[in-house]
Amino acid sequence: MNNKGVDKSKRQFLTSALTVVGAVGSGYLAVPFLAQMQPSVKAMAAGAPVEVDISKIEDGQLIRVAWRGKPVWVLNRQPEVLATLKTLDSELRDPQSNDSIQPPSSKNAVRSQRPEIFVAVGLCTHLGCSPTFRPEIAPVDLGDKWQGGFFCPCHGSWFDLAGRVYRGVPAPSNLEIPPYRFITDTRIMIGESSEEKSA
Amino acid sequence: MKPSRLAECGNWVLDRFPVTKFWNDHMAHYYAPKNFNIWYFFGSLALLVLVNQILTGILLTMNYKPDAKLAFDSVEYIMRDVPWGWLVRYMHSTGASAFFIVIYLHMFRALLYGSFKHPRELIWIFGMLLFVALMAEAFMGYLLPWGQMSFWGAQVIISLFSAIPVIGDDLSLWIRGDYVIADATLNRFFAFHVIAVPLVLVMLVFMHLVALHEVGSNNPDGIEIKASKDPWGHPVDGIPFHPYYTVKDLVGVGVFLLFFATVIFYMPEMGGYFLEHANFIPADPMKTPEHIAPVWYFTPFYSILRAIPDKFAGVIGMGGSIVVLFLMPWLDRCKVKSIRYRGGIFKKALFLFVISFLALGYLGTQPVTPLATTMARLFTTIYFGFFLLMPIYTRWEKTKLVPRRLTKVKSIEDQLHEIEEQIPALLEEITEVKPAITEIGHPAFKGTFFSRRPNPKGIAHVLSRVVTNLKRSLD
Repeated sequence: MNNKGVDKSKRQFLTSALTVVGAVGSGYLAVPFLAQMQPSVKAMAAGAPVEVDISKIEDGQLIRVAWRGKPVWVLNRQPEVLATLKTLDSELRDPQSNDSIQPPSSKNAVRSQRPEIFVAVGLCTHLGCSPTFRPEIAPVDLGDKWQGGFFCPCHGSWFDLAGRVYRGVPAPSNLEIPPYRFITDTRIMIGESSEEKSA
Repeated sequence: MKPSRLAECGNWVLDRFPVTKFWNDHMAHYYAPKNFNIWYFFGSLALLVLVNQILTGILLTMNYKPDAKLAFDSVEYIMRDVPWGWLVRYMHSTGASAFFIVIYLHMFRALLYGSFKHPRELIWIFGMLLFVALMAEAFMGYLLPWGQMSFWGAQVIISLFSAIPVIGDDLSLWIRGDYVIADATLNRFFAFHVIAVPLVLVMLVFMHLVALHEVGSNNPDGIEIKASKDPWGHPVDGIPFHPYYTVKDLVGVGVFLLFFATVIFYMPEMGGYFLEHANFIPADPMKTPEHIAPVWYFTPFYSILRAIPDKFAGVIGMGGSIVVLFLMPWLDRCKVKSIRYRGGIFKKALFLFVISFLALGYLGTQPVTPLATTMARLFTTIYFGFFLLMPIYTRWEKTKLVPRRLTKVKSIEDQLHEIEEQIPALLEEITEVKPAITEIGHPAFKGTFFSRRPNPKGIAHVLSRVVTNLKRSLD
C-alpha cells in the first residue's frame, strides 16, 4: 500500500488495452456473422451451362431460357434488322461496346458470333428489370424514333436489337452478352465460351 | 388506519418497480401545450398502427412459409383456408399503407410548426431514422408474398446498391445471398422483416419519446410553454397529458378506425395502390411485368430516381432526397418556429414543396413517357430547391411578432357562425335583380314579379376578394 494515492495511469493503460483487445475480438466475430450472408456453396454451384436447341426458332422470333436464374434471350435477326443496326451508331452511348460486358467473340458491330443469332442476358444494366422485346418500328407509345429494340418498362431505357443502349436513358451500358458457343449449327451452349474450348 | 392487504401488496411492488413514477412522468404529470389541433393526432395514431402491425404480423407468421416454392401459395392459403386469415392479412397490408399516410402527415406537421427546430433536433433525427427503418421494413415485407411486383421491386431496389462504385456488386450480392433474387433472399428478408427491423423500430420509438418528453412538445404557436410557469412549477399553458390528451386521442383513434375499417372491408386493394394487381401473379424471374411501379408510398423517391438519366447519379439523387430531410434543423435558419408567424416566402416554398412531393408521387405510379420525365425533372428540381435554397431564403424572412403565450383560436362553431352571418350579404352581392316583369301570359299570375339572376360583376368582386385574402395570408 503506498500513500501516493491512486495510480490512474495504470488504470488508463488497462482500460485502453482491454478496449483494443475487445475491439479486435468483436472484429473477428463480425467476420462469420457477415460472411454467413454470402451466397452459400449450393447457390454458387448452381451456375451450370444450359443447352438450347435453336432449330425451331422462326424468323424474327425471340426465345427465353433460364441460366443461373437469369433470363437469357436468343433472337433470330433478319437482314433488314442487321441493316438498321448500322445506321444507329450516332444515337448510341457505346456503339463499339468498349464499356460493356461481352466475350471477345461478340465484341463487334452486331454483338454476336453469327450476325443472325443474337444471345444476351435479358436484364437491364440499369437496375435489373427484364426489358420488353419490341421489334416493331415507330409504335404509338414509343414514338417515331423507335427502330425496334428492347424497352425497359421500369425506368424507360432503350436498347437496339443488338442490345446497345441509347443516349439519354438511365442504363449505363449495353446489355450483357453471356459466354456461349455453338455445339452444332442448331444447338448453343450458354455459359461456356467458345474461346475456352478452342484454347 | 392500517392499510389493507391489497394496498400493502401494491406498495411491495412499487418499492421495487416504480411503475407509478413512470406513469406520472410520462402521462399524468407530463404537461403538454393546451392548444394541440388536428395535426397532433398522428403521433399516437402511428403508435396504434405499429401495434396493429406487430399483432397481425405475429398471427401471419403462424401460417406463412418463407420459401420461394411455398410462399405465394401460403399467402393464398391464409386468404382462403385460415379462419379469419383474410381479415388479419388485410389489416396488415392496409396497416402498411396507413402507417405511411400517418407518418407523412406527422412529418408535415413538424414542417408546419417547426417541431424539428432547436431544442428538438434529436427528436427529428430519431424520427427520420424511424422513417428510414419503416421504409426498410415495408420494402422487405413486400417481397414476402412472392408475387411479380414483390420480385421485380426487390430486384430494382437491391440493384440500387450495385450502382455504388467499387463495392457495389459485392454488396448487392451479399444482400441477396445469391446471384439473383432467390430463396436465400426471401428467407433473410423474412428474418429482417419479422424480428430485426421491428426491434429497431420499437427501440427508436422509445428514444423518440424519451427525447420528446425531455424537452416537451412543440405546439401550433411554436412557443415554449416551459417559459411561463405557475407557482407550482407547471407550465401555465400546459395540461396533463392524461386524462386530457389520452381522451382527445381516443377520438382520433375512433375517426381513424372508421377509415381503416372502410378500406379493409370494402377496398382492401385500394384500386391497385395498396396491393398491386401484378402481385396476384406468382414471381417469374424470366419476365418483368409490362408496367412496374413501387407501392404508392415509395413513388416520390422512385420518380426522382427515374428522372435522372444516369445510374449512379440517380441513386445519389434518390438517397439524397431522404438524407436532406435529416438536415432540416440546420437548413432552416429562421428563428420563428410556427408557420403562423413565418414570412410569406416560407409559406410559398412549403406550398411548392408539397405540390412537388404529391406530383412526384403521382408520376412514380405512371409509365415513363417523355412528358412525364420532363415533369419529373421539374418537380425534382423544386424538391431539392426547397431544401438546398432554404439557408438563403429563410435567413432574410420577414416574420411576424411571436406572442409570448399561447393564442386562442376561434372554434369551428364560431367560424361557421360567422360564415352564416355573411351569407345574406354575399347572396346580395353575387346576384342582381332582374328587370321587373309585369305581364305574363297566364291569367292566374297577375301583378308585378321580381326575381334575381347571377351578377358576373359581383361574382368577380367576391372572387378577387378571396384571392386577395389568400395572398395576404401567405405573406
